[in-house]
Amino acid sequence: MTGVRSVARVVPGVLAAAMALSGCASVQPWEKGKLAQPAMTFGASPLAPGLETRYAEHIYTSREGASGGSGVGGGGCGCN
Amino acid sequence: MTFRSMTMRRAALALCAGLACAGAWALDEGAAAPKFDLPGREGAVQLANYQGKVVYVDFWASWCGPCRQSFPWLNEMQAKYGARGLQVVGVNLDAKGDDARKFLADVPARFQVAFDPAGATPRAYGIKGMPSSVLVGPDGKVILQHAGFKAADRAELEKAIQTALGPQK
Repeated sequence: MTGVRSVARVVPGVLAAAMALSGCASVQPWEKGKLAQPAMTFGASPLAPGLETRYAEHIYTSREGASGGSGVGGGGCGCN
Repeated sequence: MTFRSMTMRRAALALCAGLACAGAWALDEGAAAPKFDLPGREGAVQLANYQGKVVYVDFWASWCGPCRQSFPWLNEMQAKYGARGLQVVGVNLDAKGDDARKFLADVPARFQVAFDPAGATPRAYGIKGMPSSVLVGPDGKVILQHAGFKAADRAELEKAIQTALGPQK
């Protein structure tokens, strides 16, 4: 009976540990190609802006009521 | 021993085993370098084929900046020490082979290049950063492991290659 009891105690523990650990799949150094792309940087060049820059630009144009002037896109047509 | 402490001990063991599986271990110096057999630019590239040579295994990818910087140096090492028995093997780890081919068209590699998109080799070698290099002696054993590539590393790595090759004949 004691064997069954100890198994009943161990199995949930092991299961919980396995479930918790399956969440921490480590990204290997050679799998970081996508993270190295320019779009993944905070601020890049104006022609290939990072997400941060693009977001700041969006806020700026909506606040100032004008668009364009900092990149190639956006003319005076009022369409963006 | 009480049941409680037994259970705790087993749980701790299971946790350790799980964590051990999650992380890759680096190789020890003096350990046998894991064998690989990978497709190359012209035919298969096998570590076993270079038994008796000093092999500089370099793990690189097209998206890795320092890898790009290391290529001229790798070319130089191959040209300088090839005759004395050095073989540079660049193991590409790009998930897409096209990225690697584009890179090679841009940055010439005058040494052996192998492709391992699945990443089995760096896993076996326990690579911790990009680029990483492993210097393998003529006996197939690891002499030196190095992660990253900086201008300041060149002299030290070249010295290690010279030492591995032995005195000049």
